[in-house]
Amino acid sequence: MTLANSLLLSSILFCIGIYGVLTRRQLIGILLSIEIILNGANINFIAFAHFRAADPTAGAIFPIFVMAISAAEMALALAIIIAMHRQKNSKLDIQQLRRLNG
Amino acid sequence: MAEIFLAHSYLVLLLPLTSFVVIGLWLGRSNPSAAAWLAVALAAVNLAVALTVALASFGHVFEPLATGGASALVALNVEWLNFTPSLTARLGIYLDPISVVMMVVVTTIALLVTFYSMGYMKGDEGYGRFFALLSLFVFSMLGLILSSNIFQMFVFWELVGVSSYSLIGFWYQKPSAVAASKKAFIVTRFADAFFLLGIIMASYYAGSFDFTVLNDPATAKVLAQQTLPWGPGLPVLTVATLLIFVGGWGKSAMFPLHVWLPDAMEGPTPVSSIIHSATMVVAGVFLTARMFPLFAAADLTMEVVRVVGAFTALFAAVIAITQFDIKRILAFSTLSQLGYMMFSLGAAKISGGDGGINSLAYSASIFHIFTHAFFKCLLFLGAGVVIHAVHNNDLAHMGGLRKQLPKTYWSMLIACLAISGVYPFAGFWSKDAILLGAWQSGHYLTFGVGLLVGGLTALYMFRFFFLIFHGESRQETHAPLHEDPVMTLPIMILAVPSALAGIMAEHFFVTHVIPPLSSVPSAGILPHADWLPVAASFAGLAGLLLAWFLYGRGSRALVAVSQERMGFLYTLVSNKFYIDEAYLFITRRLIFDGVAAPIKWFDRRVVDGAMDAVGWLLQRGGNGVRLAQNGLLTLYLGMSILGIVLLFLFGNLPF
Repeated sequence: MTLANSLLLSSILFCIGIYGVLTRRQLIGILLSIEIILNGANINFIAFAHFRAADPTAGAIFPIFVMAISAAEMALALAIIIAMHRQKNSKLDIQQLRRLNG
Repeated sequence: MAEIFLAHSYLVLLLPLTSFVVIGLWLGRSNPSAAAWLAVALAAVNLAVALTVALASFGHVFEPLATGGASALVALNVEWLNFTPSLTARLGIYLDPISVVMMVVVTTIALLVTFYSMGYMKGDEGYGRFFALLSLFVFSMLGLILSSNIFQMFVFWELVGVSSYSLIGFWYQKPSAVAASKKAFIVTRFADAFFLLGIIMASYYAGSFDFTVLNDPATAKVLAQQTLPWGPGLPVLTVATLLIFVGGWGKSAMFPLHVWLPDAMEGPTPVSSIIHSATMVVAGVFLTARMFPLFAAADLTMEVVRVVGAFTALFAAVIAITQFDIKRILAFSTLSQLGYMMFSLGAAKISGGDGGINSLAYSASIFHIFTHAFFKCLLFLGAGVVIHAVHNNDLAHMGGLRKQLPKTYWSMLIACLAISGVYPFAGFWSKDAILLGAWQSGHYLTFGVGLLVGGLTALYMFRFFFLIFHGESRQETHAPLHEDPVMTLPIMILAVPSALAGIMAEHFFVTHVIPPLSSVPSAGILPHADWLPVAASFAGLAGLLLAWFLYGRGSRALVAVSQERMGFLYTLVSNKFYIDEAYLFITRRLIFDGVAAPIKWFDRRVVDGAMDAVGWLLQRGGNGVRLAQNGLLTLYLGMSILGIVLLFLFGNLPF
């Protein structure tokens, strides 16, 4: 396990996440992909903290923050998604949800 | 005692204002007949106040000619608008012989006309509104007369214009009345624009709006030395006084701005009587008299005043002979008499020599304002009775009314004799004084015009008189007519001053109502002309006899006879020399088509076009950009990521 491997893993996860965000049609799928992006970033933090920093705990605190905040964010996002689902004719399909058009 | 009356002279303004506010806001709607009585009562109180102020000021303040000349008194002086420390507009009451005389005239006429209106306007829908507007007019007119500075005068000058506008258009359901009110307002407003320029110019160089300063000989000297900073170096004095005079030119309806006055007869007859004959239209003459020391210092201005006045007097008298609408005849007669007053002021400057001032011509002008107010008001009110009885304005439908309207007949006979200048009625004395003044000052051509117009006046007034009252009746119906006592009482009251005002007041005017002599060099002993009253009477009698010969005896086919004999000339005159048509040609063809239409094209096509092009471009651009906003969240995200990547790659570039 080296720094380079860890960074490679984190960037692979990040790219998978981006790909997922851009290609999924289901809102839930997009949410999952966002989680993957965040995890890629978390691995980046931990890798640098482990291999480079004098005090690894400082780097470990950040992912905990990120996880806490993303959990809250997910709860909010899921609530919105459920609300949207309850609306008539809403299939949670990103292609159909176009009310933001100009 | 006198001081108390003078100190409370502001009441003269306050009473009509109260009447206007109370009637206009409340009483006019809730109880119109009470409103009319209130207006009459306040007008009566106002006349009493004006008379006490007049007695106090002539008895204790003003000095007669023998002891050195007139003086003036500023009874009230409040700072109003402080433009700069050196130029402040004040509110004040300025009492001098001419303003006090005018105040008495206005309040007297106001009382009689208000009373008369109770009969004339009876049953009208706007009964209450009429009295409110009439009170507003009286307030404005008195404010104009009593102004202590030219700025305040301008404010009241416009207020008078507004009340005249709303009273001409009183019957606003009639399109002709609306057109006439607009015409009156626009023509006078056009002249007032020059008036305002003149006020600004004169007060800028004089450093004050106050008449006491403007009429100071030192001010005239300062203004005469200055020249305008642009143009060919014209002297400020001449330009400023001419501009100020243009204001009076429009208000007093001198040729060629006279077109609004005959049309103003669309208003109710009491309105024509008080506003368009006795008081408001003399405001232009009054302004010239008020600024007399300044005007007198400018030779050219005095020349213009005299020529314009004399020409209008002749021009309007000629037109009056051919008209058939009785109110229009009186309107042209008013124009002609205003011309008299105006040229008399202009003739106060002695021709040639050292440019002295003939105070008689000045007094005569004010004297004629005074006498003319009574007999012309009477004529209008009498015409109102006739119109009320016959329900027609046209001479062709009258005739033989002598038996049916006896009180009106005798009163109007007195007024016609007075305006024709028959001894010993009022007009004889004032007209005689005007002619004598012009003769003494050496303006012989003006004098000749005045004499000729005297004859013409008698001709058209007695044509008017005979065609109404004598001959056979040309009415369509022969229902018995009656005279309303509410309307005949003011007429009979007015007959008294129409007959006696001249003989009683002549000495008073010549000795007391004189220009501020301290400011102008007085002339030496002027030649007397004992033959002059004889010549004037002869001219008047000649006109009268001609009228009797032509119109007095029977009812021949009126238009046909005169038209056959005069042909083209008659058509020209009866169409008022086509001045209205010329105005229409100038405005419609030249200004609208020649100037306004190209400007409109430029505005629509070039100015608006440029703006429209910008809008069109933005709209098209917006439509293009809109395509990207398709609501597809994925695209938005992708674009943001692409943006971040691009920023990362090219973020260091200078843009």
